[in-house]
Amino acid sequence: MAMLSFERKYRVRGGTLIGGDLFDFWVGPFYCGFFGVTTIFFAVLGTLLILYGAALGPTWNIWLISIAPPDISYGLALAPLKEGGLWQLITICAIGAFVSWALREVEISRKLGIGYHVPVAFGVAIFAYVTLVVIRPVLLGAWGHGFPYGIFSHLDWVSNVGYQYLHFHYNPAHMLGVTFFFTTTLALAMHGGLILSASNPGKGKTVRTPEYEDTFFRDFIGYSVGTLGIHRMGLFLALSAGFWSAVCIVISGPMWTRSWPEWWNWWLELPIWS
Amino acid sequence: MKIGLAFAAIVGLFLTVAMLVTAGWDRPPVVAEQVGYRGLAMEQVDNPRMEAALVALHQAPEAIYPWAPSDLPPAGEFYENLQVLGHLPEDQFLRLMTSITEWIVPDGDCGYCHNLENLASDEVYTKVIARQMLEMTWAINEDWGDHVGDTGVTCYTCHRGQPIPSEIWFTEEGPPQAAGFAASRQGQNIAAAAVGMTSLPYDPFTPLLGGTESIRVEPRTALPETPGVSIQETERTYALMIHMSQSLGVNCTFCHNTRAMASWEHSTPQRITAWHGIQMVRSLNEDHLLPLTSLFPDERLGPLGDVAKVNCGTCHQGINQPLLGQSMLPEFPSLAQRPEETAAMEEPADEPAADEPAADEPVEEEPDPAAE
Repeated sequence: MAMLSFERKYRVRGGTLIGGDLFDFWVGPFYCGFFGVTTIFFAVLGTLLILYGAALGPTWNIWLISIAPPDISYGLALAPLKEGGLWQLITICAIGAFVSWALREVEISRKLGIGYHVPVAFGVAIFAYVTLVVIRPVLLGAWGHGFPYGIFSHLDWVSNVGYQYLHFHYNPAHMLGVTFFFTTTLALAMHGGLILSASNPGKGKTVRTPEYEDTFFRDFIGYSVGTLGIHRMGLFLALSAGFWSAVCIVISGPMWTRSWPEWWNWWLELPIWS
Repeated sequence: MKIGLAFAAIVGLFLTVAMLVTAGWDRPPVVAEQVGYRGLAMEQVDNPRMEAALVALHQAPEAIYPWAPSDLPPAGEFYENLQVLGHLPEDQFLRLMTSITEWIVPDGDCGYCHNLENLASDEVYTKVIARQMLEMTWAINEDWGDHVGDTGVTCYTCHRGQPIPSEIWFTEEGPPQAAGFAASRQGQNIAAAAVGMTSLPYDPFTPLLGGTESIRVEPRTALPETPGVSIQETERTYALMIHMSQSLGVNCTFCHNTRAMASWEHSTPQRITAWHGIQMVRSLNEDHLLPLTSLFPDERLGPLGDVAKVNCGTCHQGINQPLLGQSMLPEFPSLAQRPEETAAMEEPADEPAADEPAADEPVEEEPDPAAE
């Protein structure tokens, strides 16, 4: 594996969270580490369990394979393997793999002496997943409230959960989550466009400096958030999208059992106009 | 700039506190009932504390005194102008009259419907209406068993101690609307209680329950073969469905697997009961209530002069089975059937309501294809 001339000096030993020098090596371009091993362990085991579940199921159609959680009647207990127990094991494997992946990011960050922004950001995605399959089911009192692992079946789950609250678009946290997702794509597109425009001024011309980028936005909307600020904003927007998605589902059921349109009565009944 | 930010922060803080304190949030533990296959999220999620309050609110009233067989002669031999109840033994007739008073005007007396100087007179309009209401009760119990089962209905199912049931509907004229170039609301975009505080069309009842316009909006072919229905008609159906959900205190997955709303194969048996309910409501409005329009004084009519009509909430009042499935018919068998079929009425009433088929149980029959 070819390596850039300066790259070798960043490949330093040490900084691991666990296991000392064991697994503290690189495989080609990849850092291994203790958590690389646990990632592979959980990912392989989980995938095999999914394949086992698919083999037990009625179809090998990739769209229709589904590993469903247990019946609600099992509550928070373990279920037999073929009646949701597989889903429980696969969930453990998934969380194990995701968390291992995040901790591997932590170890790499420590080696390089940089901040933990990447693992923290990934942690928000893990938090959203854990909200769906652990936090909300526990609050509702049954693992059966988790979503099934299948391409179509998880969409059916999303649809039915939405209609459990009659009109999910009235869920205030869903509104925030959707808004942040769209704003994230808007910000990413504008940032990408701006950087590419400054880097491609035209054949034979010099690449423009960040001052040009700032000036574009000052002329355009009166303000430029700046070269570092745009990345703070991007991270904030993206993490907010994931965070409010988690909030919007965890309040549906545990904190609100009625229709979401009714929730807005507090607004209609504000003493200002009622 | 700074003042503006501070002002915005204060407003935001105020709204957040108002939202957290006054929105009426639920809290765990909640109860969930799974309807479909595991992991499908077809389930009813309820706050058990609110459910307990509803149970207390929806108890059938005790009969003023128990029903008993009678060998007294028919009331028609004693009283004049008994057009629909003359066949009842006199004591049962008086018991029914007293019960109706308790159910409809508990604070009033016979004078609400009768000229107290001449009880036989039809001069008070409420008496004529009451006679038609008895006909309607018989029609529901005899002709709409597919919807009401053996539980059936009595006057109390809708009236609940009020002369006018609390959940009725009139054709909605909507808020004042500027003319000319002003944008039209298209009959929507207000937070209307009739459609669960959504911005959906606020009067889905006039076309869909007062009339017989099609509720089905989903196409049956993968690709369009005919011009589809409009977005307004689609939202009108959604509005009606939200009304049904709110009236029954259930969510959409009570009847539908929402991956394919229109598919009967994917739906629960309750949807068949609900389909018969829609046909029943249409029939009651068309055959029993519209003909009463001219009998009512103006103040009892809606803003557009139409008669009060029924929808799902009129009987259900927030409960999947009205009065929690308790049947009052064993105590009032004369309301179960039209007179000509009640000759054997002295027979004891059937078993109490406990073992009656509940709306929760599967209905065997296939839906009428005309449903679509």
